Amino acid sequence: MAGQKQKKKDAAPRIALKGICRSFPGIVANDDVTMSVAPGEIHALVGENGAGKSTLVKMLYGVLKPDAGQIYWDGEPVTIDSPKTARYLGIGMVFQHFSLFEAMTVLENIALGLDEPVPRRRLESRIRDILHTYNLPLDPRRAVHTLSAGERQRIEIVRALLLRPKLLIMDEPTSVLTPQEIEHLFKTLRRISEEGCSILYISHKLEEVKRLCDSATILRAGRKVAKCNPGKTSARKLAEMMIGSELKDVARQATAPSRKREVRLSVEGLSLAPSSLFGTPLAEIAFSVQAGEIFGIAGIAGNGQNELFAALSGERPCAPGVIRIGGISAGDKSPSSRRALGLCALPEERNGHAAVPSFTLWENLVLTGRRTLALTSAGLIRRRRARRFSGEVISRFDVRTTGVDAEASSLSGGNLQKFVLGREIAQNPRILVVAQPTWGVDAGAAVTVRQAIADLAAAGTAIVLISQDLDELLLLADTVAVINQGRLTEMGPAATVSVERIGMLMGGIHGEPAVVTPA
Amino acid sequence: MSADILIAIFVTVITASTPVLIAGLGALVVEKSGVLNLGVEGMMLIGAVTGFAMAATTGSPTLGFIAAIVAGAAASMVFAVLTLTLAANQVATGLALTIFGTGLSALAGKGFVGRTVDASIRIFPDVLALHPLGRLIFSHHPMVYLSLVLTVGVAWFLSRSRAGLILRAVGESADAAHSIGYNVIAIRYLAVAFGGAMAGLGGACFSLMLTPMWSEKLTAGRGWIALALVVFASWRPGRLLAGAYLFGLVMTLELHAKAAGFGLIAPEVLAMMPYLATILVLTIISMRPGSAYSAAPACLGKPFRPPV
Repeated sequence: MAGQKQKKKDAAPRIALKGICRSFPGIVANDDVTMSVAPGEIHALVGENGAGKSTLVKMLYGVLKPDAGQIYWDGEPVTIDSPKTARYLGIGMVFQHFSLFEAMTVLENIALGLDEPVPRRRLESRIRDILHTYNLPLDPRRAVHTLSAGERQRIEIVRALLLRPKLLIMDEPTSVLTPQEIEHLFKTLRRISEEGCSILYISHKLEEVKRLCDSATILRAGRKVAKCNPGKTSARKLAEMMIGSELKDVARQATAPSRKREVRLSVEGLSLAPSSLFGTPLAEIAFSVQAGEIFGIAGIAGNGQNELFAALSGERPCAPGVIRIGGISAGDKSPSSRRALGLCALPEERNGHAAVPSFTLWENLVLTGRRTLALTSAGLIRRRRARRFSGEVISRFDVRTTGVDAEASSLSGGNLQKFVLGREIAQNPRILVVAQPTWGVDAGAAVTVRQAIADLAAAGTAIVLISQDLDELLLLADTVAVINQGRLTEMGPAATVSVERIGMLMGGIHGEPAVVTPA
Repeated sequence: MSADILIAIFVTVITASTPVLIAGLGALVVEKSGVLNLGVEGMMLIGAVTGFAMAATTGSPTLGFIAAIVAGAAASMVFAVLTLTLAANQVATGLALTIFGTGLSALAGKGFVGRTVDASIRIFPDVLALHPLGRLIFSHHPMVYLSLVLTVGVAWFLSRSRAGLILRAVGESADAAHSIGYNVIAIRYLAVAFGGAMAGLGGACFSLMLTPMWSEKLTAGRGWIALALVVFASWRPGRLLAGAYLFGLVMTLELHAKAAGFGLIAPEVLAMMPYLATILVLTIISMRPGSAYSAAPACLGKPFRPPV
């Protein structure tokens, strides 16, 4: 009798959700979601940004409470009212944005995640045990702000593993990792699942889901649209289920060869001190971009991209001869003067850097286009002209908004990105510097953004594309370079470089390519 | 200058520094939890008047100090409810608290102006203070010893204890602390209450130890000095102690210079010296590239609203 009951319990899914609903003011984040994860299974939860993945797992981890629906743990109905309860049940979570404390050490960070205080020494030896068992390179005594993203993630993983979880939730774990670090992470995850721990793997990177996961639940606009075996479904099919329509391809037209000769932007010996305590200094950066060329710069966040962007856009001036725009020394020129020379820059942070969140769209257009589009005269704003230009940008780039009077902050990330990119393109830049253009942008909008960049290059603009997304770089860039620890290594034409080589360089001395052996 | 005078100056310096040190320690803990309470001056005044009133009524300075602690903490709870529960702007609320405290203490203290209390408390027998060296160590007011114990205690609490680690975590990243499962608001309430209690106690040091009497605006801006010292001390209790004593030293020297009829410099300029010297020295110290630990708590002054 007892054995039968035990068997029945084993057969119950590790965690099951029935009819989970959750809404926020103005939007329904989750609508009647039902799914389950078996013991030892690696289950993917996929969907676009805003599909409700994060909301769903926050409810599993007790950070948010569902409006309706029931969660079952090993077949028993449970109420998870706080992360503490979740950990007590055996749920561990690795967040997308690491919940780490920069100024503290690895050890202190892990100690903070424990409900029962453990003496420092005992904790350290337990951590070293786990690091050893799962072959995770990490020094417990280091301060977090000195660590790479991969190392930071290991802190979260160790923190979760210390509690011997039965379900590990990984929220977008690979978004900041190098290909080698991803390979290493997958090995670790497979090892964890072999020991009987279920893994709920949240991602929108479908190739990874196909490689790692046993099954997948697809969310779209808060609803579950399908459950499938990702190994047997094509990535394209998965993507189309995610966005709910057909996926278009980005067409890259070749630039007319005659236009390719002219060097539009050249950088020579650019060194710059870091802008903040946790920033990266730039060391002797040199490259040049020709008309019609897309110069791609790969690298993991925090390797000097922000500093390089600030130097190119003019936010941080340097010596005059270091940066030349069309042959004119411009290193000491302000962003506006550079704009007048034809260099437009579009930063990574859309809300707050590229656009003023509380300004309307047309006001934001005036901010960068006032000279290049002649939007002011005698110190006054030509409202009608600005509104007309904004309207053109909105219709040309398919920006989904209520109109030119909508506040920038009311737009979703992808739509605001389409608007600010369109705003720069409307100024007919001779050079465009753009950072992480599709970061956090949904698949449909990403295609539009990439197509716009490709078209702009085809029309003869020199483009510097700083991106973490390797697929994007290899798709768009003519020439690829890698930035690591503030140093730029040029790799040559995109057609000839291998992802492995780029990955190795991206990791630099931070990654541990030596640990990774081909599977 | 004989040794006796030096010792006398030393004792004066330490005594004069104590209120700023105590209030500063409170502010330091509050800021480490990520809350900026600019109401220190107001809470000090409320503590000063409450302490004096209690001591004058009951005749017990000890009861006065206890009342000051309670009153300071109570005043800080007004701030806490507004900024933590209702997520009001911390700067504006803190300024309002200072103005409120100044007015309230003036009103409540009307009847006590000009009265004196016998506030002398000694913990060591007077015999020990006969020898100059003994005087150096044993002749201080109990509050001086308490302030030193508090400095060590706060330093230990922040760097060694688990509760201190959690408090720093809340100040570094409220969101991360919340997502791990700590009650950010509750922890900040406790920190603010401690800060209020310390400000009240520091205020009572004026009315029951330094002067001892009550007059309007008795603390004369020391609450602001305490707040500035915390910043310049890079949120380190040890440096805060050094800064407070430096401030007390220059202030005492200025009084002595005035008393000695030092006419070369206008007295108004002399009166500026303690503030200038303290800020100058601490700026130089904090200009050195420090470790990340010395930097400001990353969430300082940012309101936190738990997602519902």
